[in-house]
Amino acid sequence: MKYLGLLWANLRRRRMRLVFTLLSVLVAFLLFTYLAAVKTAFTAGLDVAGADRLVTIHKVSLIQLLPVSYANRIASVEGVEKVAHNTWFGGYYQDPKNQLAMFPVQETYFEIYPEYTVSAEHMENWRRERTGIIVGESTMRRFGWKVGDRVPISTGIWQNKDGSNTWEFTISGVYTAGKEGTDTTAVLPHYEYFEEARAFGEGMVGWFVIQIANADRAAEISDEIDALFANSPYETKTSPEKAFMQGFMNQIGDIGAIFTAIVSVVFFTLLLVAGNTMAQSVRERTPEIAVLKALGFTNARIVRLLLAESLLLAALGGGTGLGLAWWLVTAGGDPTGGFLPAFFVETSTLVLGVAMIFVLGLASGALPAWQAARLNTVTAFRKVV
Amino acid sequence: MIAWILQAVTVSVMNLRNLPARWGSSLVAVIGIAGVVLVLVGILSMARGFEAALTDGTAPENVIVMRGSATSELDSGIGADEANVIAEAPGVAKDADGNALASPELFVVVDVPRKSTGTSSNVPLRGVSPAAFGVRESFRIIEGRNFTPGMYEIIVGRGASGQFAGLAVGDSVKWGQNSWQVVGVFETGGAADSEIWADARAVQDAYRRGNSYNTLRVKLESADSFAMFKDALTTNPQLNVRVLTEREYYADQARMLSGFISGIGVGVAFLMGLGAMFGAVNTMSTAVANRSREIATLRALGFGKTAVMVSVLTEAIVLGIAGGLLGGALAWALFNGYQVSTLSWSSFSQVTFAFRVTPELLVDGASYSLLLGLLGGILPAFRAVRRPVATALRQL
Repeated sequence: MKYLGLLWANLRRRRMRLVFTLLSVLVAFLLFTYLAAVKTAFTAGLDVAGADRLVTIHKVSLIQLLPVSYANRIASVEGVEKVAHNTWFGGYYQDPKNQLAMFPVQETYFEIYPEYTVSAEHMENWRRERTGIIVGESTMRRFGWKVGDRVPISTGIWQNKDGSNTWEFTISGVYTAGKEGTDTTAVLPHYEYFEEARAFGEGMVGWFVIQIANADRAAEISDEIDALFANSPYETKTSPEKAFMQGFMNQIGDIGAIFTAIVSVVFFTLLLVAGNTMAQSVRERTPEIAVLKALGFTNARIVRLLLAESLLLAALGGGTGLGLAWWLVTAGGDPTGGFLPAFFVETSTLVLGVAMIFVLGLASGALPAWQAARLNTVTAFRKVV
Repeated sequence: MIAWILQAVTVSVMNLRNLPARWGSSLVAVIGIAGVVLVLVGILSMARGFEAALTDGTAPENVIVMRGSATSELDSGIGADEANVIAEAPGVAKDADGNALASPELFVVVDVPRKSTGTSSNVPLRGVSPAAFGVRESFRIIEGRNFTPGMYEIIVGRGASGQFAGLAVGDSVKWGQNSWQVVGVFETGGAADSEIWADARAVQDAYRRGNSYNTLRVKLESADSFAMFKDALTTNPQLNVRVLTEREYYADQARMLSGFISGIGVGVAFLMGLGAMFGAVNTMSTAVANRSREIATLRALGFGKTAVMVSVLTEAIVLGIAGGLLGGALAWALFNGYQVSTLSWSSFSQVTFAFRVTPELLVDGASYSLLLGLLGGILPAFRAVRRPVATALRQL
């Protein structure tokens, strides 16, 4: 600690270089953290997927509908605790660009998804209002909605019996995320209202979500459910919720992988640039190191000093970058204005970031420190005088 | 004036010839900028490729007719009676036999494993009527033969056949309770290359659609007939439809994803550019510091301040451009023509596309690298001439 003054003096000897090096390290870590948060937004669902939840869809594709009567037959399978169903509503608010993750549900849905946290009062409102909807908090913010508002929502798919594709809903309540990573964009109307008012497709729903008693029996129960409907006009495919979401993610395909690769290129290029400057600043000080050696500093101590210097630089720049990105994500919120299901910095990203700070600090300090240690004091002095 | 230019050129040339002496730190600046350009061009080429896959091959006189409220072909629904009314509207082109070039079509999604990972993907299955081939003039079979009407036979778009497994000619695929025979591969040079086609009647039958369709694809006599055709349909009380040109429809479909990708690309390239520029500033400052004796000597010999500044800026720009060219070349080699497919949100199905490193993108990348080099050189250029000659010389 007593050398802190020396470290600081060394860093400050060329202020412009210090500022620009810090800024490039900062930018690298800012980008790393921010982009990791964007990536997390797409995969967060996987982490909150319950191991004790199954999803049953039409075997041919998710967009094919299934008879609602399947719910009772699924419930009769041993080990199944609760069954709920969803139907994609294809809703949008005012403009088709404002797509909503909207699906009519029944109250069991909230029992299967306890992480959708709704206050007792809001839940009571929803029960009372036939046209009521429960809305995720980020969607509320996105459109500036308030509880009690009446909102017209249009859909590209479902005409109602008035021959219109615009449906009136009343906001009964808000749900918040009970777990980090919970999707807070969903809009949930009553299935009963949807069923009565739709002009076609009565009795058909999109998919089922199933709560089972014992997660270890997931595969067995899935097979049993699918066997119930084999050779019927509507065959099913049941999988654990996580596998279902993973399958969905896989649809994005190579693009995700390419993106990760590109982000790595960004990060490592910037680290190379910053690391080189840091190394260079040590190389320039050969004469000073010779002086330190002449004063009796041991090689080990000089190596430690130089490593401490590069670590300090990496920590200052990288720490600020991480912090700034964290602040941007937390305070600035979703850059797409409510399109991402969840937007936050994962703890694992921060841990990785801190690890990268150490790698950068050590790697950029190691070579010059080794050279300094090998330095022959006499030869080095010859350069000074 | 001429003497001034001569001075600047002399010092710049001399400086550039000395570049190899500083190759280590110069190389880092070049790599930094190359990385930026690689990322910028790479990400934007993805967006371009996606757009092109949807909008290429659209003919200006081709239109899509959907149900009034529909936002995509998937949402839309049109009955057989309505389809007949639409086919008789004014402005619809006729083939040699006098049949209207209006193809009622179905659009459903089927589950097909991806070749690279084996994971399942939503691939669009389009049920087409005989007029479909007249509407899409660029349609041609490149392998096998076309499907036989009324049979459970499919032909696969070129893009889809490259990305998805089990769709080779001769294969048989089972979706739900129906087996389909793959009999050919086709190409249209547009969005349909990501699709699988079958006879509309077979698709209606397999998917219990009775006698209804999703959309109509119509060829008009000319692009100018669009207003007339659209008015005729929208004022007809029997119909509640939306009429869009093919081009409008696909541009709209492409907008969301390509906008998202481009937005991220530009944002990342901007921030990363800052980082690389800071790197370039450091490199140039070091170069200037190393040249301080040389610069002082030149000034003492009578070379002007501007000549020295120009030489520093020239070096920075040369490094920038070198980085730009390297990054552009890498992007072109790595990405151009690279085939991928991804889920298009608007149609909830896979679009197959190839990255497109266009000349415009390369020019954009090179311009950006030039700008970064220039910006990175300004501060060091001023530093190079800040010290009075006498003070600088005293240190020699």
